[in-house]
Amino acid sequence: MSDTTTDNTPGTGEDQELGDAGSQLSTAPKEEPAHLPSLGVVGWARWFWRQLTSMRVALLLLLLLSLGAIPGSLIPQTGIDATKVADFRERHDILAPVYDKLGLFNVYSSVWFSAIYILLFISLIGCIVPRTWQFVGQLRGRPPGAPRRLTRLPAHTTWRTGAEPETVRAAALALLKKRRFRAHLVGDAVAAEKGYLREVGNLLFHIALIVMLIAFAWGQLFKSEGNKLIVEGDGFANTLTQYDDFKAGNLFTNENLEPFGFEVKEFTGTYERTGPNKGTPRTYETELTYAEGADGEERTALVKVNKPLTIGDAKVYLVSHGYAPVVTVRDGKGEIVFQDAVPLLPLDANVTSQGVVKVLDGYRNPDGKKEQLGFQAWFVPTFGDSATGAMVSRFPALDYPVLALNAYHGDLKADSGIPQSVYQMDKSKMKEFKDADGELFKQLLTPGETMTLPDGAGSITFEKDVKEWAGFQIVQESGAGWALGGAVVAIAGLTGSLFIHRRRVWVRAVEGPDGVTVVEMAGLGRSESAKVPEELGDLAGLLYDQAPGVPDPGPDEASPNTSDPTDPQAATAEGAEQ
Amino acid sequence: MTLAAATNESLAEISNVLIYSAMAVYTLAFFAYIAEWLLGSRSKVARTAAALTPGAATARTAAPAVTVKQAGGTAVLERPKVVVRAATGSRDVPDGPGAHGGDEKGDLYGRIAISLTVLAFALAFGGVLTRALSVERAPWGNMYEFNITFSTTAVGVYLALLALKKNVRWLGLFLTTSVLLDLGLAVTVLYTESDQLVPALHSYWLYIHVSTAILCGAVFYVGAFATVMYLFKDSYENKLANGGRPGSFATSFLERLPASASLDKFAYRVNAAVFPLWTFTIIAGAIWAGDAWGRYWGWDPKETWSFITWVAYAGYLHARATAGWKGRKAAYLALAAFACWLFNYYGVNIFVSGKHSYADVGLGALRSVGF
Ligand code: HEM
Repeated sequence: MSDTTTDNTPGTGEDQELGDAGSQLSTAPKEEPAHLPSLGVVGWARWFWRQLTSMRVALLLLLLLSLGAIPGSLIPQTGIDATKVADFRERHDILAPVYDKLGLFNVYSSVWFSAIYILLFISLIGCIVPRTWQFVGQLRGRPPGAPRRLTRLPAHTTWRTGAEPETVRAAALALLKKRRFRAHLVGDAVAAEKGYLREVGNLLFHIALIVMLIAFAWGQLFKSEGNKLIVEGDGFANTLTQYDDFKAGNLFTNENLEPFGFEVKEFTGTYERTGPNKGTPRTYETELTYAEGADGEERTALVKVNKPLTIGDAKVYLVSHGYAPVVTVRDGKGEIVFQDAVPLLPLDANVTSQGVVKVLDGYRNPDGKKEQLGFQAWFVPTFGDSATGAMVSRFPALDYPVLALNAYHGDLKADSGIPQSVYQMDKSKMKEFKDADGELFKQLLTPGETMTLPDGAGSITFEKDVKEWAGFQIVQESGAGWALGGAVVAIAGLTGSLFIHRRRVWVRAVEGPDGVTVVEMAGLGRSESAKVPEELGDLAGLLYDQAPGVPDPGPDEASPNTSDPTDPQAATAEGAEQ
Repeated sequence: MTLAAATNESLAEISNVLIYSAMAVYTLAFFAYIAEWLLGSRSKVARTAAALTPGAATARTAAPAVTVKQAGGTAVLERPKVVVRAATGSRDVPDGPGAHGGDEKGDLYGRIAISLTVLAFALAFGGVLTRALSVERAPWGNMYEFNITFSTTAVGVYLALLALKKNVRWLGLFLTTSVLLDLGLAVTVLYTESDQLVPALHSYWLYIHVSTAILCGAVFYVGAFATVMYLFKDSYENKLANGGRPGSFATSFLERLPASASLDKFAYRVNAAVFPLWTFTIIAGAIWAGDAWGRYWGWDPKETWSFITWVAYAGYLHARATAGWKGRKAAYLALAAFACWLFNYYGVNIFVSGKHSYADVGLGALRSVGF
């Protein structure tokens, strides 16, 4: 009985009636059918480009990107934890080569992962450029004129008024302009549009994504990252040779290293003394003095966990700490052949530590022959169990320090050309010192105690002074500022894109058949939103005050039988009946 | 020092008592919601079927388009009303009456349930607050604290939506059920004595990053609920539209929910509204990682899963603007995205180790994050 039932079926007829009312309300690419082209190379290239920059493919690439990121979080990654990868290789001798082939140990730099995001970003650029032009065009142009039948729009209202049509249109134009709509008069109606910032936000967001990607890539290419362990009182100059280990991006050169140097004054660590989390670190901080450039002014700084020292492009992070007992080694004649703080590596949360004391030069055995000495060392800051003598620390602070040593002599093979860890001893050419029972010669020492080697071979003293060391990571990364800027713009753009509604409003005022002015208003949003009818109601209310209603014609004047079923008036009246 | 420790311990005690009380009140609320649903079930409203029968579709003109009425001879001038029409091609089903199904007693129980939920929320909030005071830091240093904070925030989001007069009352039963499960898990499996954080966790970026992460999670959670309900209601409407006869349980249950279009729209709004905040959360996390670990982004499992979640939600938002992907397909994407969020919290903590994991000992503890 009513034309409104057809509203539920998507009809092309209706789209035609709406004309271009909804056109260009967004700049999203048009969906094109994926049928294959028949036109040579150019046709194919064009087809491929269209596909790549379509919303459908962008969506698929996004989904692929998230799927592709998953394996990297479940399989050990070389870039994150190389030892875990080695472990994995040992345990899975069939799987590991397959993983290798697929790049699964390096997902985020693998060919296929890169392919996904590079395609996504090409698609993104291919999408942004035309959308930007289109949007500029929309800004230059004007909101499209009113569709023929405003009552067809998702939100509309109508009333009859005694005011002249021209007066109503002028009032509507003024009202919409005052409400910051872009409004103009087309024919018998005012056309207005608002919320262009949505599109701006959306474009900015997508552009910011590109800026962030470039900044990130740039940062990776020029990045450098090195570690250095420094005992209290020692210093560091920022040159390649000083690092314990060093990694850098492909385009990094040595000249890129920020020139500076620093000296560690003191490390302070405090720990929870009681409660279930006993031993948990509370503060970690290092006091240091530093100087920028070759002969910069000396300054002091406090470096804490989470609070790096920034010098130019470089940041100095405090990343680890441990103890460095000071030991003195004497030969058989009592001459000092070695005296230094020996940094030891922590093995657990209570800083049970391990390392090696190496005496490379200057030692002669009782026979007068040149030899090297090596001591395997274990250290606990708080000795646990004097009954069993187990070298396990009970607490991370220096409450009851004990040093345990095993003694060796011979050739440490330090100059064999192979780089050696300072924490390990190559015992292949070393001989054990033996005690009276013929066992390996070893002893537990408290500060100030000395272990005397058998047969007048000398002695080693655990000095009262136990130093601490701090491990630093020195990172230099450019592009972080751009990435951050991009991120801020991305969030702002996204917010605009998601919270601003782009919508159009039309107001038509014409003289009806009975000479009374009929006002019709309609609103159209890009997405169906409750805001559009709300705002339309507001506007209608304001306009109504300037063009007050007059009573409807009586039933005999406008009976449903006489009215044209496609007449907007009738459609509304019919709606009113429900 | 010892005095302070004692007050802290008693605060922690108070916190535990409050959390347990909140659980008790949530349980009462749960029963009240059940009563609301049960009492409502007697009224068999079949609005959907009615709306879907051909010829009845004009029900869409919810607001009468009466312009000027004549009442008793005097002209009563009314402001023009806005007529709202559903978009072309979408079904036009009215929203259900809510869990009480139009039953007055049911409605009363529903109101009682909401009052109880408010009370339980206040108790849980107090529990979270005293916990925070007892440890002198934000209450999210471990999974126990994270869980109690998360469930409290989720209920807070629900109550806020109610206060904003959004049509979400029907969510109450499901939400309290899940909150009870969550709190039960927290006090039994995840309970951790109150204590302070390791130094890596002292940073104001932590406060920003984790509080927004929790808020986003809570809102995504509500969005996911609405999405699931949308899927049910949508297939129900489809069945009816195709002349099918859904079971009486489905009818009784689904008729009371808002229309599928409303649920879909609500889920979208909720998800879209927090997406920028989620973006911000990840960026805040990156800034924090830059300070704590010397790199902004390192594909640590937690970072990776935040990224996956982000891309999945971006995919969902895209899907809603892509032809052929709207509706159910987009809804599945939204659910997948929420599953990523859940996995990032529970899965990554339990199955994957990384810098964020708490289990790290030794040097790792210096640089690890609590959850
Ligand atoms: C790096 C990958 C991308 C991400 C993370 C991303 C993210 C987003 C997000 C979150 C939105 C939602 C904003 C809104 O609904 O208004 C959006 C909208 C949009 N994106 Fe992307 N996008 C990406 C790539 C692309 C690509 C490659 C295209 C081109 C085909 C594209 C075209 C669009 C369009 C046209 C919209 C607006 C849709 C609308 O009007 O609702 N995006 N994008």
